[in-house]
Amino acid sequence: MSSIVCKDLCKTFQQGEEIITGLDHVSIEIEAGDFVCLSGPSGSGKTTLLNAMGGLDTPDSGQIQVGDTRVDQLGKGPLADMRLHKIGFVFQAYNLIPVLTARENVEFVMQVRGEPAQERSHRSHDILKEVGLEGMEDRRPAQLSGGQQQRVAVARAIVSQPALVLADEPTANLDSVTATQLMDLFVELNQHHNITFVIATHDTRVMAYAKRLIKMRDGKIISDEKQQHPSTVVS
Amino acid sequence: MSGLPLKAILMLAWRNLWRNHRRTLIMLAAITVGVWAMIFMTALMRGMVDDMLLNGIRGLPGEVQIHHPDYRDDPNVNNSMPAPHDALLSAMRVPEVTAWTSRVRVPAVISSERDSRGVVLLGVEPQSEVKVSFDLETIIEGRFLEDSSDRGLVIGAKMADRLETDLGKRVVVMSQDPDNNIADRGFRIVGVYKAKLASLEETYIYGGRETVQKMLKLGNSVSEVAISGGDYRNVDRWLGGIQQAAGNDVETLPWYEIDTYLGSMLAMMDGFVLVWIIIVFLALSFGLVNTLVMAVFERVREIGLMQALGMRPSTILYQILMESLLLLLIGLALGNAIAVGTIIPLQGGIDISVVAEGMEMMGTSSMLYPALKLNDMILANLIVIILGLLTSILPAWRAASYNPIEALNKT
Repeated sequence: MSSIVCKDLCKTFQQGEEIITGLDHVSIEIEAGDFVCLSGPSGSGKTTLLNAMGGLDTPDSGQIQVGDTRVDQLGKGPLADMRLHKIGFVFQAYNLIPVLTARENVEFVMQVRGEPAQERSHRSHDILKEVGLEGMEDRRPAQLSGGQQQRVAVARAIVSQPALVLADEPTANLDSVTATQLMDLFVELNQHHNITFVIATHDTRVMAYAKRLIKMRDGKIISDEKQQHPSTVVS
Repeated sequence: MSGLPLKAILMLAWRNLWRNHRRTLIMLAAITVGVWAMIFMTALMRGMVDDMLLNGIRGLPGEVQIHHPDYRDDPNVNNSMPAPHDALLSAMRVPEVTAWTSRVRVPAVISSERDSRGVVLLGVEPQSEVKVSFDLETIIEGRFLEDSSDRGLVIGAKMADRLETDLGKRVVVMSQDPDNNIADRGFRIVGVYKAKLASLEETYIYGGRETVQKMLKLGNSVSEVAISGGDYRNVDRWLGGIQQAAGNDVETLPWYEIDTYLGSMLAMMDGFVLVWIIIVFLALSFGLVNTLVMAVFERVREIGLMQALGMRPSTILYQILMESLLLLLIGLALGNAIAVGTIIPLQGGIDISVVAEGMEMMGTSSMLYPALKLNDMILANLIVIILGLLTSILPAWRAASYNPIEALNKT
């Protein structure tokens, strides 16, 4: 079953007097449980495509379906609901809420979903332990390193067990050891929880983990390949 | 529905408020001082106007008066009316009526051996008059009248000066009887009073009601019945019953219709308080909007993140409004506490005798008694809350209408 279906997506941006093409008739299908990397140079359209899939940005034309929901037809409120219930986001900058602790940041999405306090507390504790942040639950973002913050962001993205995680350059601000740990975590979550991952990156180490590698340039898909032997978690 | 529970919105709002301690404290200080100024100045103005109105009503006297229908246009002895009948006496026994008196009140001339002056002669029943109008503590020489058949006369200190007369001396009071003949009588001055307003001392002279009725050949008739209810603001609660009992042959009017200047003074004061509170709030609102706009601008990325994670725009709006509400509530609590704390010690009166002459022209005395009214405090608090939230809608709406991607890309 397809997790994401994009048909003939087009998106342009105005930059001064110049029109920039973000997406140029892009069509793509991603299966549930897949681990996909979108790669390409800056301005190739990978982030634009990722944002369109997540309902953060609206294409000029074309169709996007996530699960059984037509994303391109939703208004602001229903789009917010869809992101809340179906998608986990991991951004390049860690994007945590600075006034909340690690635990509160992880619980935030569950809180918005209206889940009971006990359930939230239990799950946030488990997930923070899973991403290696046990004992740091009550630290605020400013008291955590970059890698630890990104782990909190990942914990927040997966704590509600979304069907899909969209990650935009998740390793861009991390050192190689932390980046490797993060990718190992992604692969583990993909394998054990069957979460679909779509990662926009131009980091070749990240691409090595992908089951499917899609290359983009100038808003178009220029290659779409399944990788035979992606990197996997050792343990 | 993707809405945060109130508790979570409250927690987020509270923490965001204290992100920038200095800015929040400055804004809190501004709201506190503003609220204090609203309540304190209103209490001073209320005190001044209350004094003005009470002096005016005391001079009328009473909050309700009954007259012959033509008396107010022509206050002569022919426009008198019978003394209160049983139905009216019964109506005046309701709990709201605290005192009443009937008086003869006619224009007259008072003459000493030195000078003559035009005055208003009041024939009063002393026991009931002191409950409605006359303050016994204003007697500075001699005594007040003992009963309605007292043959003495009580005059103001200023009048005694003008007439170059004194306690114990005789004066002649002259007016007209119902047959348009001169009615006059010699009185011995038994008392001299000093009023809060010097002008009253030169206007009113007091004689016993029965003595004055005899002098004017009035029989049992009186010029007016003055009724007091204690609280001049609530006169309408019992006015209807008195009007009904008094009947249509007489004119029964509340104080604000007898003296329309006093009536309009009260209405003007209520309007002035509202305008004053709104003006102070407008000055405050610039700071409030600035604080919230800055708080929103600083957090554009964070707001974009919340939207990206699934928070609805309406929840973002509530959260910003909650920050504003918290700021307003803390400022109001402090402002109210400081206002009460500064007004209560001053309720014994503020001596403004330096400007007493000017104040007297306005009908107020030389002591100013701040009047802290619950209604004024509620009005100030409501205006700050309602207008404060309305003012906060703009920055909150801006925050709620950000595009998540544009907000996340803000540097």
